[in-house]
Amino acid sequence: MAYDYSKYLRAGKIPHIWCPGCGYGIIMKSMIRAIDGLGWDKNEVVMTSGIGCASRLPGYIDANTLHTTHGRSLAFATGVKVANPKLKVIAMGGDGDMTAIGGNHFIHACRRNIDITCFVFNNYIYGMTGGQYSPTTPKGSRATTAPYGNSDNQFDIAQLAMGAGATFVARTTTYHAVPMEKLMKQALEHKGFSVVEIIAGCPTGYGRKNKLASPAGMIEWQKDHSVAIAQWEKMSDEEKAGKFPIGVLHEVNKPEYVEAYDANVGLS
Amino acid sequence: MAKAEKIEIYANLCKGCEICVELCPVDALEMKDFKAAVKDLDKCIACMQCELRCPDFAIEVYKK
Amino acid sequence: MAKKVKFLQGNEAVCEGALYAGCTFYAGYPITPSTEVAEVLAARLPKIGGRFIQMEDELAAMAATLGGSIAGKKSLTATSGPGMSLKMENLGYGYLTEVPCVIVNVMRGGPSTGLPTGPGQSDVMQARWGTHGDHPCIALTPSTVQEQLNETVRAFNLAEKYRMPVILLTDEIIGHMREAVEIPEPGDLPVIDRKRPTCDPKDYLPYKPEADGVAPMADFGSGYRYHITGLNHLPDGFPSNDGKLAQADEIRQQKKVDDNYDEIVVVDEMMCDDAEILIFAFGSTARSAKEAVQMARAEGIKVGLLRPLTIWPFPDKHLAKYAGKVKRVIVPEMNLGQTALEVERVMKGQPAVEGIFQIDSEPINPVTILNKIKGGK
Repeated sequence: MAYDYSKYLRAGKIPHIWCPGCGYGIIMKSMIRAIDGLGWDKNEVVMTSGIGCASRLPGYIDANTLHTTHGRSLAFATGVKVANPKLKVIAMGGDGDMTAIGGNHFIHACRRNIDITCFVFNNYIYGMTGGQYSPTTPKGSRATTAPYGNSDNQFDIAQLAMGAGATFVARTTTYHAVPMEKLMKQALEHKGFSVVEIIAGCPTGYGRKNKLASPAGMIEWQKDHSVAIAQWEKMSDEEKAGKFPIGVLHEVNKPEYVEAYDANVGLS
Repeated sequence: MAKAEKIEIYANLCKGCEICVELCPVDALEMKDFKAAVKDLDKCIACMQCELRCPDFAIEVYKK
Repeated sequence: MAKKVKFLQGNEAVCEGALYAGCTFYAGYPITPSTEVAEVLAARLPKIGGRFIQMEDELAAMAATLGGSIAGKKSLTATSGPGMSLKMENLGYGYLTEVPCVIVNVMRGGPSTGLPTGPGQSDVMQARWGTHGDHPCIALTPSTVQEQLNETVRAFNLAEKYRMPVILLTDEIIGHMREAVEIPEPGDLPVIDRKRPTCDPKDYLPYKPEADGVAPMADFGSGYRYHITGLNHLPDGFPSNDGKLAQADEIRQQKKVDDNYDEIVVVDEMMCDDAEILIFAFGSTARSAKEAVQMARAEGIKVGLLRPLTIWPFPDKHLAKYAGKVKRVIVPEMNLGQTALEVERVMKGQPAVEGIFQIDSEPINPVTILNKIKGGK
């Protein structure tokens, strides 16, 4: 039997709005399988998002879904979680949403170690607005607002999350659909703030401008440029050049925000 | 080697991105009228890569 | 039985009101002169099972306040001018998505950082039109510390009843002054909770209004799984690009307020019956105006004070009664004529509006108002 996604999808909402070859549909499917694999009650699942292509995802899922303002996914999610810690809160957004306009919320959610799982869809571009460079667009890459090539330095989202205090940080790609599901499960189960950065292809906004227009080619690129963390740690700097590590990059246990607050103020 | 009994492709959902066709390791799929189609079911090894990587819920592979 | 009386600061009274109304969640960001609201609730909320969080910025504070309400808790945030400017983005989200909550703006002086420790009343138009797009608005303007408490309760009630954010538009003078306040006992003041759905979850439409124009709102996690979006949406909560439907929905939201003017708009009319001169003043300026009216009356001048406790929707009906009836209308306010414009709109030149506009971070002196009353045109 093929996997039945329909039990987590809202009836009549598919096909989704994403372009042909967009990696976000692959992410949505892995996410559904991960949540299903944990046997979570849909009534307790809250999904928040900001603005952008990634942020349209919650609208397709049969859960408590909150499509907020640009960058504010985690700020709304924090309010929901603190007001009702029993809810299982998943916040998501794209690279621009989460690390540019929402960057402040991102680092502070990491710092608090609030029990929210944050999925950052990194396709190196602002897709919804038509392909402008984002904080993760590689230097030299083309974007509609970088007609001479991007001059900006890049954020490494996973490093940013680790530096800011997230207690579970992982990275994966849309090539790795099954490992992605497993990482998502680990992140969802982790007590504290967990981040999964997912490298995804945007054939329309990024690929077209950078001679990577084939969706399959973009997925092959992810395979060729990603290295499992265990292997990565054995590699020399020369070997690492142009590549990125995937897998669980960081995992520690620290007191969770709401539990620590409750204990501190005498609520628990 | 696993085999597929059936590969269901929903033309109404397929957006023709060709991910499944290009990533199929055994060349079992092809494009027809800008949509994915089964080229040779016998070749399919039911690796599920097309189903897992289809962003559009358009392919289902049923293992034998 | 003797009432419990406390000597409270205005910002503390807001907290008493919030707790009375059933507030159990506060998200904020420190800003003068509103910070005491956060400080008091940080201490008080855990004692009643509620939670307080200091967010990373004002945008987040507004977002988390809405998030708390969506999770089913009566939620409050407090700020002042610069913070209010930042809150505008998510305040607009709260209007379009119809999420009840209360925002306290303790007005200070000036644009930008301005005069942070002094009073102002320059955010009247910001309260109404600060966030982009058309939307309904309720803003309340207390003048006493007692009213800080009572109007906070009323703000929560209106927010819950009409399913929308409500602004308590107060100022540094009232926020920081201390007065004796009667603490209401349970039952003394009405406390309204939002309508929640009772239908089968599969039939729930989060934006399908009932006869009163308001749809029941489900708490996230209560079994009613639904979608909230800041895009214009259909009764089922999902986005739609249909402009005609968007227009109809926004008009419906505006009508929630317009059709309930009589319940929402509260105005204190003092010595207005025989008044030949009408003063229109709100907030701390109304205190000076009251003093000026009493001084003028003592000299036999027929002057009255119309003091709105609801500034938005604007008290058109209350004010219009005096158009063509009074000889003069004076509007003192700590801004350069924001409500005077509204008074002018309602009075239609009968008579012309005379303003006393002051933005020097000082309260308007009753004598300044008295001199205007006595000085004629």
